[in-house]
Amino acid sequence: MPQDYSTYILIAVAGFLATDLWRWLGVVAGHRLNEESEALHWVRAVATALVMAVTAKLIVFPTGTLAHAPLWLRLGAAGIGFAIFLMTGKKVAVGVLVPIAILIAGLLVVGI
Amino acid sequence: MTPESQEPSETRSALSWFFTGMRGITSLPALILMTSYVGFAAFALEAGLTRGEAVAMTLGVWALPAQMILVGTMLANANIAASFLAVTLSSIRMMPMVASIMPEMRTKKTPLALLLFLSHFIAITSWVFASTHLRKVPKEHRVAYFAGFGITLTCTNALIVGVSYGIVSQFPPVVAGALFMLTPVYFISSIWASARQPVVRLAFVFGIVLGPLLALVSPQFDVLYAGIGGGTAAYLIDRYRRKRHRATEAA
Repeated sequence: MPQDYSTYILIAVAGFLATDLWRWLGVVAGHRLNEESEALHWVRAVATALVMAVTAKLIVFPTGTLAHAPLWLRLGAAGIGFAIFLMTGKKVAVGVLVPIAILIAGLLVVGI
Repeated sequence: MTPESQEPSETRSALSWFFTGMRGITSLPALILMTSYVGFAAFALEAGLTRGEAVAMTLGVWALPAQMILVGTMLANANIAASFLAVTLSSIRMMPMVASIMPEMRTKKTPLALLLFLSHFIAITSWVFASTHLRKVPKEHRVAYFAGFGITLTCTNALIVGVSYGIVSQFPPVVAGALFMLTPVYFISSIWASARQPVVRLAFVFGIVLGPLLALVSPQFDVLYAGIGGGTAAYLIDRYRRKRHRATEAA
């Protein structure tokens, strides 16, 4: 691992620049979009699909302790939780608490 | 945290909207993100970063997946060009995310430099927050409202990394597992609940199915393929649906 201030240069170049470059391009691209234009429909769809792909990967290919929970438990908790969320009037608190409760109950039964 | 407060919106100043945005720090997504950053502080310590470096990375990068990748490449002793490439490829998604909230956030008078500055504070959590709450704020105050939330969220998490560095090394396994699960289930329910247009719900389904499937085929570019492919498919289906709807209405 590089020492001292060279780590800060690494953070500035490979961290800050590498991410903000895309944010700036997003501002420039978004500047030309009108609210409710066809192009914005497409950009919104791409952004949503990207975020959901990241989200699903967090559940299917988790890092850290969650990786010890079996796949069926992770998918079951998220799936049943989402179904209950849809049936009970789409309250975000329900959509968060139900899957977590199922996961914790499952983890205690399976034992990690 | 609710944008509609006692006073009529026309009489409220930008500063007062900035403070309303700041109060979003006590919202559920903000609290979930804070626990994730406690996890990042533990990971940074384990990886050999100093406290200052962990804080600088949080302020400078402000995207948890990119930060994890950057630390990973540092652990692997990759050179700066390889680190840059790995981080930048994982961050392409920032562009459509930022582009999709710009038309909602800016007015004709908003300076470009201000938007470029504020774009730094857009990451997944603040993107979800913006897509959920911006429309309840009068258009001319949305920049102030987002600035209040975004800047507060970033600075608070940098502070949390600085304070929790070295304190929390590990959570009990059940707690850690539940914490890792909080982020995805929060995104699932909040994005679905805030989806106003059918195209967003279609893209939601495409993304959630294609993400893990493409990860098996192309682990490097899975998210990008799922986003562009799934998003475009959702858009085309929705456009066809809208056209047919218009055609039947006209008939």
